[in-house]
Amino acid sequence: MTQTPALPRLLGPLALLPLATPALGLALTRLLRRIARQKPAILARLGDARSARFLIDVTDGPVILLIEPEPRRITASRRDRPEPVHDAAIRGRMAAFLAMLHGREDGDALFFSGELAITGDTGAVLALRNALDDAELDLTEELAALSRPPLDRWLRHASALVARRSGFVLSREEPQP
Amino acid sequence: MMELVCPAGTPAALRAAVDAGAHTVYCGFADETNARNFPGLNFSREEMAAGVDYAVARGARVLVAINTYPRAGAQVVWHRAVADAHAAGAHAVILADPGLIAHAAETHPDLRLHLSVQAAAANPDAINLYADSFGIRRVVLPRVLTVEEITAINREIDIETEVFVFGGLCVMAEGRCSLSSWATGLSPNMNGVCSPAGHVAYAETEGANEARLGGWLIHRTPKGGPAPYPTLCKGCFSAPATDTAPAQTGHIFEDPVSLDATELIPRLHKAGVTALKIEGRQRSRAYVAQVVRSFRAAVEAADRGEPMPAGLLAKLTEGQAATTGAYAKTWR
Repeated sequence: MTQTPALPRLLGPLALLPLATPALGLALTRLLRRIARQKPAILARLGDARSARFLIDVTDGPVILLIEPEPRRITASRRDRPEPVHDAAIRGRMAAFLAMLHGREDGDALFFSGELAITGDTGAVLALRNALDDAELDLTEELAALSRPPLDRWLRHASALVARRSGFVLSREEPQP
Repeated sequence: MMELVCPAGTPAALRAAVDAGAHTVYCGFADETNARNFPGLNFSREEMAAGVDYAVARGARVLVAINTYPRAGAQVVWHRAVADAHAAGAHAVILADPGLIAHAAETHPDLRLHLSVQAAAANPDAINLYADSFGIRRVVLPRVLTVEEITAINREIDIETEVFVFGGLCVMAEGRCSLSSWATGLSPNMNGVCSPAGHVAYAETEGANEARLGGWLIHRTPKGGPAPYPTLCKGCFSAPATDTAPAQTGHIFEDPVSLDATELIPRLHKAGVTALKIEGRQRSRAYVAQVVRSFRAAVEAADRGEPMPAGLLAKLTEGQAATTGAYAKTWR
């Protein structure tokens, strides 16, 4: 997998700005609620794991995320603060998370190779992985859908540019013939 | 061309398999009737019907695995699964339990029946019994046989054979393994779960990752290093030193490696095998797409009499290492 720390390093100082983490949490919560409305099968697949609290630790990123599917809430917290209470944690580099989410890399393979590590409620992690894999999410398109023209178009162009420059997978992997 | 039978744990994986060139896709309902009853995995009745439609529209077929052994008194759950698979338009159902096979043969005489690897039918007598008694049309052979043994079996049976060519390996007693039951009370045979995720715990301790199953420490790997599935059969155990032997640490059942029999495809074809099966319904659509594409290229190459492509799938395998398993057995 192509990995570069450049993007996380650029994002680092932003996380230190006042209100940056609450604002990020609100934006991600809005995104999560849109995804839950558009793809209700995700919550159905989660089953009992809907009530679990998932800590997403992007180890080269500036913040730690807590995803709570049932209240449909994402909270961001700075890495230098104590970890929020959680039921399950997934830890890995940003490139690994994005590649898995967009269908470029297999979650088990990332686990076998040590690129992703999990602790806590393993069943909940498995349910989340499977639910997201089936949802075929495309973060660029989800963000564009939250934006008005021409911002949505600019966002797609910017995403493609960042993906090319950084190697990060920012859009859904389309099937090859 | 040999038939490529590919796994799908979700509708997205089914579409990925078909789009990548699968001739046939196998999947299961989201309950205890199949041997991959994992959280967040498998198909609702509506998803199964839609999956069959998607596959059929693109010239592919869907097999439904109903390959666990019914609980006494709860057979209706398994009977309903067979009826729903039939109604969804499945090309065949993959069964293991003789009682369920008898029910399917009597109740759905036009439904094609395949014998699951979970039935562990590994010799011509056993296979012919299932074929003669219930009209089984294909047997999935256990992963205990050499290519020569498969050739010999095919000479003595009149039904199709399907063999695994890629993916996780089980201990060589499929359908009979009680390791998961021993540690957790749940098994792939009865509950559809080997080493159920709810009984698995990972922890980081002193620079290492520890995996426990049902409270038992089954392996400790360096932090950030390769890790296997948390199953007892892949566990790495230590024995303390005794008066007569030094302390030992090692895999006592099997090493954490995956099967990759790409290079054996021409020989399997010659052995009379009809279909090649890829393991991994618990894996993602990324795995399905990559493995199916690679094996579709391999079976097409075999069909043209060309050499097999070099293995490109090591990254997707458990332990990042592959074996040809029992097909080229050297240890007997």
